[in-house]
Amino acid sequence: MRLSRDGVGFSRRQFVTTGAMGGAALLVGCNAGNQASRGFLDDAKTRTLTAICDQIIPADDFPSASEAGVLVYIDRQLARHYRRHRNAYRDGLAQADAMSRRQFGHDLASLSAPQQTKLVTELSQQNPRFFNLVRSHTLEGYYGAPRHGGNRDAVSWRMLGMEEPPTLGRAQYDLRKVPAS
Amino acid sequence: MKRVNAVVVGAGAAGGIVAKELSTAGLSVVLLERGKWYTANDCRKDDLRNQRTTVLGNAFGPEDEGNPRVVWDPRNGPRTLLPSEGDYQNNAACVGGGTLSYGAMAWRYMPQDFRMRSIYGAPAGSSLEDWPIGYEDLEPYYEKAEYEIGISGDYSGSPYFGPRRRPLPMPPLPPNREFEILEPAAKRLGMHPFHIPMARNSVPYNGRGPCMRCRWCVGFACEVDAKNGSQNTVIPVALSTGNCELRAECMAKEILTDDRGRARGVAYFDAKGHLQEQPCDIVVVSACAIESARLLLNSKSGLFPNGIGNRYDQVGRHLQGHHYTGAVGFFDFDTYDDVGPGASIAVADYNHGTPGLCGGGALCNEFIRLPIQMIDRLPVNTPRWGLGHKQAMRNFYKRNIAVMGPTQQIPMADARVTLDPSVRDKWGMPVARFSGNVHPHTFEIGVVQAQRAEAWLKEAGAIGTLVNAGKPTTVSAGQHQAGTCRMGNDPHSSVVDRNCRVHDVDNVFVIDGSVHVTNGGFNPALTIMAIAYFASESLVRNWKGTGFRS
Repeated sequence: MRLSRDGVGFSRRQFVTTGAMGGAALLVGCNAGNQASRGFLDDAKTRTLTAICDQIIPADDFPSASEAGVLVYIDRQLARHYRRHRNAYRDGLAQADAMSRRQFGHDLASLSAPQQTKLVTELSQQNPRFFNLVRSHTLEGYYGAPRHGGNRDAVSWRMLGMEEPPTLGRAQYDLRKVPAS
Repeated sequence: MKRVNAVVVGAGAAGGIVAKELSTAGLSVVLLERGKWYTANDCRKDDLRNQRTTVLGNAFGPEDEGNPRVVWDPRNGPRTLLPSEGDYQNNAACVGGGTLSYGAMAWRYMPQDFRMRSIYGAPAGSSLEDWPIGYEDLEPYYEKAEYEIGISGDYSGSPYFGPRRRPLPMPPLPPNREFEILEPAAKRLGMHPFHIPMARNSVPYNGRGPCMRCRWCVGFACEVDAKNGSQNTVIPVALSTGNCELRAECMAKEILTDDRGRARGVAYFDAKGHLQEQPCDIVVVSACAIESARLLLNSKSGLFPNGIGNRYDQVGRHLQGHHYTGAVGFFDFDTYDDVGPGASIAVADYNHGTPGLCGGGALCNEFIRLPIQMIDRLPVNTPRWGLGHKQAMRNFYKRNIAVMGPTQQIPMADARVTLDPSVRDKWGMPVARFSGNVHPHTFEIGVVQAQRAEAWLKEAGAIGTLVNAGKPTTVSAGQHQAGTCRMGNDPHSSVVDRNCRVHDVDNVFVIDGSVHVTNGGFNPALTIMAIAYFASESLVRNWKGTGFRS
């Protein structure tokens, strides 16, 4: 009777992260010829979105958004619960790169960290609807349950000092006692 | 289909109790529930998909697909809503209803809560009214609910509640750290703190063990089945009588009436989507305030062109929930101890008696905030994103306490459920449409309550606070939804009588939060349960085979 909305079609996917300055470039690897199960984000969109997500949650001594799997989370949900947001992502990511090329002559992903911060700040002002959507989805992926692809190894929970896995079964009463009624 | 004595629509807090009371009295009962029948085995601790945090959908119904509602927003006009959106005002759709996954606060309302108009007078533009029954009428049924459902807690610290004959059947859970921080501060401020009454086993009770104090409580089913709802108390009793049949995943379409204007059965869509008719002697509508009103409005016929019980345009009006306000306090020491459910301490000093305010509400510390629930509850001036946000999460996740409270709403007749003229659900039925808001005086009370919460947190040592006293522009009903089939003596201004019987159809009853005239300054679950026992008893008492004694 378990709710099973996830788990199907994704177990074969491999996600490889490689460390990079100020974040990690996420390379999404798929089985060749299995394009149907590939998510919404192609390589170009992934690079741009990685830059935005890692501005929202940069690395410090704990991982950035993309290092913790937030892109996996977003890509997976854009194929499921967030299908309705696909157009917003398509247009918003194109807008971000267009703004970046206009100001700096390069795509957002190629900019230096301070340039990215400046551009994402402007994006949040020019298209707050898209930026707030990405902000929400990034924070969900980072702080939500690991089963959805983000918060890899419950890294954000460990960052916050939560016991993981949690200690359960700390009942303080002897179950063998006679019930109260 | 074989005729039965009663069809109960909705297997939630009230419907489960009605099914149990009727079937143990010997009536044959069919209990219809639109949602699925989950058990503790279906408990999945998913921070993003539960009944509290629904960014990826509701864990316990309804599904986002095919179950829209519409809200009339004064700024933007009509907007179609998904069940996982906040404005949908979702409760749940499953066996147990909201009680499968609620936080399980189980309060008695105060005697004053039944006499709001007499005490305060109705503010201009409001529909504030007295109940036709009082606390003293409900007291024995509150007690019955506390013992049959199973409530832990301790009211003895507060002098403000009505008289009671027996204490709660279970002691409170041992205090968590927030309780220990907040209790002395409350006393220093002259308040009277006490242990929140909860439908949660603190000791073995009713054949099930106690709470194991995990952090996933409100919004989740209980993995050790220590949280008490209708699905693990009264519904199993009803089924064990042999007189009650539970039909899950069956959506009621309409109440069928005969040419004399009496109900003769219920039409519903079964789990495969086929239309069925269940003939019966009486119909009990227990589908929660929004869906109960919708079912009555959808039950149109020649004699009832505007729906059953709606002769005077009352069905769906006075929709209310609670106006939640409060504050988050930030500390320079750890307040988090990972001991669930988290909510533990309350004060009821401010429910009544503030000059100039028509009521108030309880103030309580919040359930454990999961990390995802903290992202927008950080200190004022925290950046919304970037390293500043991440580090604020790290600094304050374990160093905050939230004190919130359900401010009693001042109802308005214009806050209502109607049928949307165009949007249909997956069965082709018109969906609920909301319009209106609460009376503005509610917001004035909410601001004062938030200031009191902030003062309490500061007294407890908070070095900063975030006050939360918003003013929503649309109705607020949510899981505490109530009021749409108001109980009253006058058929012109109410839908059901004091025994929850619809005024103009003598074999149709509405028994759930819909009948609440006002909604108290507390979570409504225990009052819904007490009314279910109260109304069931009068129903059974007046029952004589296939009709009622006159």
